[in-house]
Amino acid sequence: MQEVILATARHNAKVDPSLGIWTWEVSVYLFLGGLTAGIMCFAALMVLMRKDTVAPFATNRLALLAPIVLSLGMTTLFLDLEHKLYVFRFYTAFEVTSPMSWGAWILVAIYPISVLQILSTLRVGYPGMAGYAEKLPLFSGVLDLSERFRRPVAGVAIPFAVALGIYTGILLSAFSARPFWNTGVLGPLFLVSGLSTAAALVLLGAREAGEKHLFTRIDLGLIGVELMFVFLLLVNLGTGSGVQIDAAGLVLGGPYTLVFWVLFVTIGLLVPAVLETWEMKGGRALVYAAPILVLFGGYVLRHVTVEAGQFSTWTHYETQYDPALLERLQ
Amino acid sequence: MRMNRRQFIKVSGLMTAGAIAPPVMLSGCQPRKLPGTGDVAQTPTVCDICFWKCAGTVYAEDGQPWKVVGNEADPHCTGRLCTRGTGGIGAYEDRDRLRQPLLRVTENGSQTFEPVSWDEALDFIASRMGEIGERHGKDRLALLAHGSGGTHFQRLLKAWGSHAYAHPSFAQCRGPREVAFALTYGEGVGSPDRTDMEHSRCVVLIGSHIGENLHNGQVQTFVDAINQDATLITVDPRFSVAAGKSRYWLPIKPGTDIALLLAWMNVLINEGLYDKDYVERHTIGFDRLTRHVQPFNPEWAYLETGLDPKLIRETARVMATSAPATLVHPGRHVTWYGDDTQRGRAIAILNALLGSWGRKGGFYAQEKVDLPAFPVPKPPKPKTDWKAIVQPEFPLSPSGVSQKVLEACVGPDAHLKGLFVYGTNLPYTIPNIRGTLEAVAESLDLFVAIDTLPAEVTGYADVILPECTYLERYDDLRNSPERVPSLALRMPAFEPRHETRPGWWIAKQLAGRLDLEEHFPWEDYSEVLDWQLKQVGSSLEEMRGIGVKRFPRKTPMYIPEGRDIKFRTRSGKIELYSGMLEQHGYDPLPKYTPPDKRPENFYHLNYGRGPAHSFGRTTNNPLLFELMPENAVWVNPRVANDWSLRNGDYVRLRNTDGATSNRVRVRITERTGPNAVFIVHGFGHTAKELRLTSGVGADDASLMNNVKVDPIMGGTGMRANFVTFVKET
Amino acid sequence: MMHYAMVIDTRTCIGCGDCVVACKTENNVPVGLNRDWVVEATSGTYPDLDTEFRSERCNHCSHATCVYVCPTGASYYWRDTNIVLVDADKCTGCKACIAACPYDARLIMHPEGYIDKCTFCHHRVEKGLDPACVSACPTRCMHFGVLDDSGSVVSTLLKSRNHKTLLPETGNEPNVYYLT
Ligand SMILES: Nc1nc2c(c(=O)[nH]1)N[C@H]1C(S)=C(S)[C@@H](COP(=O)(O)OP(=O)(O)OC[C@H]3O[C@@H](n4cnc5c(=O)[nH]c(N)nc54)[C@H](O)[C@@H]3O)O[C@H]1N2
Ligand SMILES: Nc1nc2c(c(=O)[nH]1)N[C@H]1C(S)=C(S)[C@@H](COP(=O)(O)OP(=O)(O)OC[C@H]3O[C@@H](n4cnc5c(=O)[nH]c(N)nc54)[C@H](O)[C@@H]3O)O[C@H]1N2
Ligand code: SF4
Ligand code: SF4
Ligand code: SF4
Ligand code: SF4
Ligand code: SF4
Ligand SMILES: [Mo]
Repeated sequence: MQEVILATARHNAKVDPSLGIWTWEVSVYLFLGGLTAGIMCFAALMVLMRKDTVAPFATNRLALLAPIVLSLGMTTLFLDLEHKLYVFRFYTAFEVTSPMSWGAWILVAIYPISVLQILSTLRVGYPGMAGYAEKLPLFSGVLDLSERFRRPVAGVAIPFAVALGIYTGILLSAFSARPFWNTGVLGPLFLVSGLSTAAALVLLGAREAGEKHLFTRIDLGLIGVELMFVFLLLVNLGTGSGVQIDAAGLVLGGPYTLVFWVLFVTIGLLVPAVLETWEMKGGRALVYAAPILVLFGGYVLRHVTVEAGQFSTWTHYETQYDPALLERLQ
Repeated sequence: MRMNRRQFIKVSGLMTAGAIAPPVMLSGCQPRKLPGTGDVAQTPTVCDICFWKCAGTVYAEDGQPWKVVGNEADPHCTGRLCTRGTGGIGAYEDRDRLRQPLLRVTENGSQTFEPVSWDEALDFIASRMGEIGERHGKDRLALLAHGSGGTHFQRLLKAWGSHAYAHPSFAQCRGPREVAFALTYGEGVGSPDRTDMEHSRCVVLIGSHIGENLHNGQVQTFVDAINQDATLITVDPRFSVAAGKSRYWLPIKPGTDIALLLAWMNVLINEGLYDKDYVERHTIGFDRLTRHVQPFNPEWAYLETGLDPKLIRETARVMATSAPATLVHPGRHVTWYGDDTQRGRAIAILNALLGSWGRKGGFYAQEKVDLPAFPVPKPPKPKTDWKAIVQPEFPLSPSGVSQKVLEACVGPDAHLKGLFVYGTNLPYTIPNIRGTLEAVAESLDLFVAIDTLPAEVTGYADVILPECTYLERYDDLRNSPERVPSLALRMPAFEPRHETRPGWWIAKQLAGRLDLEEHFPWEDYSEVLDWQLKQVGSSLEEMRGIGVKRFPRKTPMYIPEGRDIKFRTRSGKIELYSGMLEQHGYDPLPKYTPPDKRPENFYHLNYGRGPAHSFGRTTNNPLLFELMPENAVWVNPRVANDWSLRNGDYVRLRNTDGATSNRVRVRITERTGPNAVFIVHGFGHTAKELRLTSGVGADDASLMNNVKVDPIMGGTGMRANFVTFVKET
Repeated sequence: MMHYAMVIDTRTCIGCGDCVVACKTENNVPVGLNRDWVVEATSGTYPDLDTEFRSERCNHCSHATCVYVCPTGASYYWRDTNIVLVDADKCTGCKACIAACPYDARLIMHPEGYIDKCTFCHHRVEKGLDPACVSACPTRCMHFGVLDDSGSVVSTLLKSRNHKTLLPETGNEPNVYYLT
């Protein structure tokens, strides 16, 4: 028998018995971050592909959601900080080796770009709002200008959006100390998932049948790609080092198996895929079911990943004593 | 709980964030400044968390208690305190300390303790003492004490005319070995144990779980032996820490050590491996011993101990090759099976055969400073003393036997009428004594408990006197016999908290009320220490600075080679064969008596020390509680399997008389064998007032109905108890 | 670049936990939190057993993943040594460094919320003293010093004795060594 125990009681909050530093706040942030990336991508793509008529919502109205969604994400991220007053410290340094630092600065670039995207489509997308805004001095000038650069703005938006999308994955995959996260697949997987959820968002917002049809097709494709990355993720872990194989076990029979396969893969990917295919075949589906499930699946993916990653570890020591007793010291 | 706190932090964080100020103006956390950058005060102390009495230095920073560290100059600790000593600050900080004197009062039928002033408490005690003195005589008070402060009350009772004392460190601890070695060599092992391990080439441990037993000097010299590649032989049914460090681990059947010891003698003698010159020159009774051990060869011992005869022979030879630098350790807590003095004798004799007593690497001769006592009048001659209580039954007992003293307190015509208990938690310390204690409390006219904590023993008292901790008081200079004679000073590092007072002050106040002032002719105890120090060329002033002062040795540390010397035995020789024992009708040579059989589905109740705690006195110490909040019951995987126990389950232990323990956590480990379970002593406190440790873990004492009293000196053997499991549902 | 290392002899470590208490008092580590801890590893079957005690703490890795992930520079190498510290005034409490430590050696300092960890007692090292845990250890099984100096105790011990580090495969290049 091999017995490895802590001879001295150790119960560091959120570290023992297993890591529990990040919960819903971070999952939500990663989800909304990915969603934002998707939103900006599609908004830009539609502009570049001149889809004003086919996909009026995606082309001219979608962009407005980006900063809103992103800000929501930033809020939950802020909620997660333990030392909140020092949040400004993200912007008093740039740490090349720190994905989080990269993320912080990418966000700085994202906001203005996304604002430009909005301005360049505001008159068409939200005439009421535009008209109201134009009462402000100079504003119509600003709108003219940004509309002139509509396509260049879109061109710039795409790489940044993609960066943002991939970053949400890399943020986790950069942790060599957490086997479940430590795989290159996470970046692309999160990007694709982000795009897919954004497509779903379009399906919720779009009115024209044509636009719906287009994005259903897009989403189907994305779900396909996503399933492939999920497969790659498991292969990648399953063929990795000992600790990574253990990590893969977390969703292959381990504590996160149900959530992963039922909530994420089945309800979040397969079911919507089926519904969408059916719709493509002209079937009248319960209109919003598929997109809502996709969005749900997108969140579950982030949630499982964040949880399982923290559960996967290099070191695990059994404690000899009931940690609850230490509460008596408080 | 922790969850809520976390939520709260988030919310509050959100609030502040709502009104986020420009970075420069931010003043969120100020991280602690680096330790030791404030103004730091140092005070010498002598640790009182156990009885090794290491000297150390107490640090306070900006008036706040900081840390205690060992004193480099101290031979007891060489600058390193043990875990418990390092946690000493916790004894001062303990929230649950006694705060003021408490008096037992009867409020509408039910008895409670009522906080009273020192005057009330002391007047009460003094008047009761007076009454006892008049009605029964002044010799009718007793003192049970453990710890340095006991001397102050011993002085008080002596001055009053009572000489009935006992310390649990005798009949519950090392009494048997002291008697055994005194019978053999004319002197005991003493404390600190006179083992010369740092020079040993071979160390043999019989039990003695050094490493869990953290007696500092023992640990440090044991490690010296390891570092010098001495051969370690550990005899222990449990895979103790020491066993893990040993070349040879002999997982003996519990209670059969004498069989092994006899077999070892058998080999040493029959193979002619013993120290012939030493035995020839210094001992008597060798021939009788030779005849005595003939039947006890390793093959015979195998049947008793379960130890491979080859291994027994091999280890005996190893011991011989390293002799006389071979130490067969006498052990310290040796009240095991009732034949403990005989086991101690066997160990003493084995050492004699190896010639290790008085030799380098064996047992050295201790020396202390001859420190004059502060001049006080000679105390009156008492009508009776402890001998009257103890020696009728145990004529060879050289000192008080705690449970006998308690028995002498029971009943209307009991000899003793008043009892002082200082620093010993009797119900947890003396096995199977709780019934007696209740009777004692019923019978006595006066029961005073002097303690720092609301320990269980205080619940029996009429008056509870709150002493301050060792960090807040003066006590006598530490002058323990060691390799190097030395003195160490304990002085207050902090003001006594609450209404607590030092022992010396309490004793003096009582003396004042009993007109015994002339026995306490000082205002402050520092005067006594200063006077004594001046007699040996030092002073309180000097000691305040250095804490420890070493003095030159005057006597040799070892027996001069090849010279005859006189031992303090009757014969003047090392008595392998004890005429004294024979004369009192005991076995003059150690005899093996097999231990009680283990009943079906029961397991030996094994117990010992955990490094984090001193008995039950530290389990409520916040620093040490945090290190080891509860004790677990060690269960062998096979046994766990039979009972389908899982790690972390809670069970109760029940002994053969049905006594059942508090719930205790299961630790499944190979480190205990399938015939025994193990728990660390000191847990299972029932006193609600001990808020950290109350109701946590199992108390071994509560499972010790079967006490094997040593017929020679009255030791209370604690290891003949068996327990089974009661599952928690 | 000063290269500090701790060398702990498992042959003489008895698992007493003095190092843990010494750290708590020396560094006023808040109740319920620990910068160091003791691991007991037993293998075999009664009566053929082996037990190893290990006093563990931050390894002050030469390749400190915790430092690399820190977005604000709050986690840093002290004065061009391998001693890894946290500057509370730069720490946002994002906890990335906790996740980045394969040894789970970092902790959140309640209630302030910044990150805390073993500092190798740089406040003592600065004064030429050993870390508190090292200087408290009753068995003297812990040693501290610089590896750059080939004559130092730690260097000599590593030359003369078999040793290991924890999880070298993480690539963190830990600097707490265990003599076996
Ligand atoms: N941390 C700490 N250290 C302490 C103390 C403390 O409270 N805490 N108390 C101090 C005091 S006062 C004393 S007296 C000493 C006591 O410490 P020791 O003198 O070492 O006590 P023992 O009872 O000899 O040692 C207990 C060991 O005996 C083994 N044992 C049990 N039954 C048998 C048996 O039948 N045969 C053999 N050979 N071994 C057996 C147990 O498995 C256990 O490993 O410790 C001192 N040191
Ligand atoms: N079941 C069982 N019984 C045992 C043992 C065992 O292992 N198991 N071990 C035996 C041995 S070896 C020994 S030496 C004895 C030890 O027996 P004790 O010395 O009685 O052991 P403790 O339980 O520590 O009790 C110490 C008491 O002194 C109090 N105290 C602590 N510091 C001070 C102080 O500064 N001043 C005053 N006035 N009081 C103080 C504590 O609060 C506590 O109530 O126990 C023996 N009894
Ligand atoms: S051995 Fe430990 S507890 Fe006992 S006196 Fe020394 S330091 Fe204090
Ligand atoms: S203090 Fe020393 S012996 Fe005790 S556990 Fe720590 S390293 Fe080991
Ligand atoms: S042990 Fe962990 S905390 Fe310490 S330096 Fe290495 S990675 Fe950082
Ligand atoms: S918690 Fe503090 S130290 Fe750790 S990575 Fe975040 S900012 Fe850096
Ligand atoms: S080096 Fe200092 S901070 Fe680190 S564990 Fe030891 S005592 Fe604690
Ligand atoms: Mo003892």
